[in-house]
Amino acid sequence: MPINYYIFLSIALFVIGIVGVLTRRNAIIIFMCIELMLNAVNLMLVAFSKMHHLSNAARDASAGIDGQLFVFFIMVVAAAEVSVGLAIIVMMYRNIHSVDVNFLNRLKH
Amino acid sequence: MNNALQIVWLIPVLPLLGFLINGLGRKILSKSQVSIIGCGVVLASFALSIWAFVQVKNGNAHTVSYFNFLSVQSLRIPFAFLIDQLSAVFLLIVTGVGFLIHVYSTSYMHEETKEHFGRYFSYLNLFIFSMLLLVMGANFIIMFIGWEGVGLCSYLLIGYWFKNTEYDKAANKAFIMNRIGDLGFLIAIFWIIAKIGNTDFSDVFVNTNRFTPTEITAITLLLFFGATGKSAQIPLYTWLPDAMAGPTPVSALIHAATMVTAGVYMVARSNALYSLSELSQNVVAIVGLATAILAATIALKQHDIKKVLAYSTVSQLGYMFLALGVGAYSAGVFHVMTHAFFKALLFLAAGSVIHALGGEQDIRKMGGMNQLKITSVTFFIGCVAISGVPPFSGFFSKDAILLAAYEHNKILYGVALFGAALTAYYMFRLFVITFTGDFRGTEEQKNHIHESPPAITIVLVILAILSVIGGIVGIPDVFMKGGDKFTQFLAPVIPVKAEAAVSSSTELSLMALSTAVVLAAIVFAWFRFRRCSFPASRGIGKLLENKWYVDEIYNAIIVRPLYKLGEILDEALEKSGIDALVNGVGRAVQYGGRQLRWLQSGQVGSYVLLMVVSMVLFFVLQFFLRK
Repeated sequence: MPINYYIFLSIALFVIGIVGVLTRRNAIIIFMCIELMLNAVNLMLVAFSKMHHLSNAARDASAGIDGQLFVFFIMVVAAAEVSVGLAIIVMMYRNIHSVDVNFLNRLKH
Repeated sequence: MNNALQIVWLIPVLPLLGFLINGLGRKILSKSQVSIIGCGVVLASFALSIWAFVQVKNGNAHTVSYFNFLSVQSLRIPFAFLIDQLSAVFLLIVTGVGFLIHVYSTSYMHEETKEHFGRYFSYLNLFIFSMLLLVMGANFIIMFIGWEGVGLCSYLLIGYWFKNTEYDKAANKAFIMNRIGDLGFLIAIFWIIAKIGNTDFSDVFVNTNRFTPTEITAITLLLFFGATGKSAQIPLYTWLPDAMAGPTPVSALIHAATMVTAGVYMVARSNALYSLSELSQNVVAIVGLATAILAATIALKQHDIKKVLAYSTVSQLGYMFLALGVGAYSAGVFHVMTHAFFKALLFLAAGSVIHALGGEQDIRKMGGMNQLKITSVTFFIGCVAISGVPPFSGFFSKDAILLAAYEHNKILYGVALFGAALTAYYMFRLFVITFTGDFRGTEEQKNHIHESPPAITIVLVILAILSVIGGIVGIPDVFMKGGDKFTQFLAPVIPVKAEAAVSSSTELSLMALSTAVVLAAIVFAWFRFRRCSFPASRGIGKLLENKWYVDEIYNAIIVRPLYKLGEILDEALEKSGIDALVNGVGRAVQYGGRQLRWLQSGQVGSYVLLMVVSMVLFFVLQFFLRK
């Protein structure tokens, strides 16, 4: 499969994520959109890694492997982020009985 | 450097001490303590001055140097005093007449409260200190310190009754007029430093060949401009008559012993420079003579007893400058001395009259004051002396000036003689109106008239004696060979002309002429004003009464345009220029801040949007820039 398909798919996922973050007000959906963007990046990394591996395997057996390693790191960080982010959302709901981010404009003050 | 004169630093320091003690202790010290300290320090200075004078007379003229006052690269200004014949004479005048005025003040100012009494005497002492610094300084810088000090003290003393706004204005006027003159003096000093490298009299007057003739003319004219401020000559004389706002003894101090003689001293001191520039000499002579005549004409029509005396001072100072201008420096200094005696006498006697009448100064409301015996007799002596009737002191000094003017230029002589007649005329007008006839004041004043206490009358008598005999130190050669001791004494500082230009018969007839003219003026004045009536002046009389409208002219051509310029600058430059710029910056920042505030909305969504938009922008830019 040509690399183009992967790129188009991951760009589509990333843009969906951005649009979701920008337009939605529900914190959980925003959160999911962020995950979507992270995974779009992951997909891209894996795709390019595979491409490099295929073209350079003859010269170097481990070519492009670092791209896949990155993906694992991103997954670990995303998992940690999810636990912290969800905890914040739970606390937010407990305090203001809403997960609407527009109520959270206290940053201004 | 072990000279007996080393100790002269005490002469100015003593009055300075008096100033500090009286000034700081004015709330604690009683009036008699203040009087004793104030008079005592000046008396001590006077005693030291006599001692210094004797030293100088015995040939011990000396420059005593104490410490480095200023040291900038190659410029060295030592704090040094020059005690020679000229400064010794001035020391005696300043401390002697100054002391008498101090004594007089103890009685005259007795009605002041304790605190103000102390303040008054501290100012007087500071005045004497500054004047001593001025005449003792061995270079132009030390002289300038005294010069400025005198200006400051005159301001303080003229504005002594500071609650009266008019008096404050007079004080300001004196100060500002002096400042204008000081600028000329200062520039001249800078010029001298630039050329000679220091300002020591001993250096400057010896190395005159380092100046070009044009430079000498410019420097001497600048110095003279300084002198016109301090010594009240055209064009800066207008402050002196207004300086009458101060207490009467202060007027006597400013007019007789100190301050106004500073300019004469400075020009006489710089005679080595002036002798090299004919143009400057002519300017000095003509300005002096013009001032003498102008002030004398104004004095003809004044009604304030002190104003008449003030204008007569301006007029006499004009004579002194005439003498300096025609090269008769010693005659000028001689006139300073005799003038110090009789002008102090006249002012103090006038003060005695004012005192007796409870502050009345308008001669139209006086008359018949000859019931104050001592005051009227001493005042009469003063009038005779200033008019130049032989053998009073004024005769000798004024005649020396007239003779010098005659030798120089016949026209100058003629005008000066006319001025002498005017002097005699207005002085006797003043005397006749004030002291003879019937009293014209209120009944209350009439009952209050009394002769002044001894502290005043004794001073008057001493000054009267000096006014009578003060001339004998300068008897012209025609009467007595070697009689002109004054000129001989000053000869080391002021070179004497080798030969008299006129024969003794001419000299004698000139004296007879001036005496006749003066006597005629006196007799005319006596009969003219015996019957006093004061019709409103018309024509030229009104012009004179209003002092030729000089103050008004100055107002119109200098003061008001300056105010106008100030207003324009205030409106155009300050308000719509600088203010607008400064306020504009402030407003721009405020406006910018208000606009930028919308960015900081606190909405996470908007932040993210901005982030995304700017990142896309970067990508696009990068994309285009790459190409």
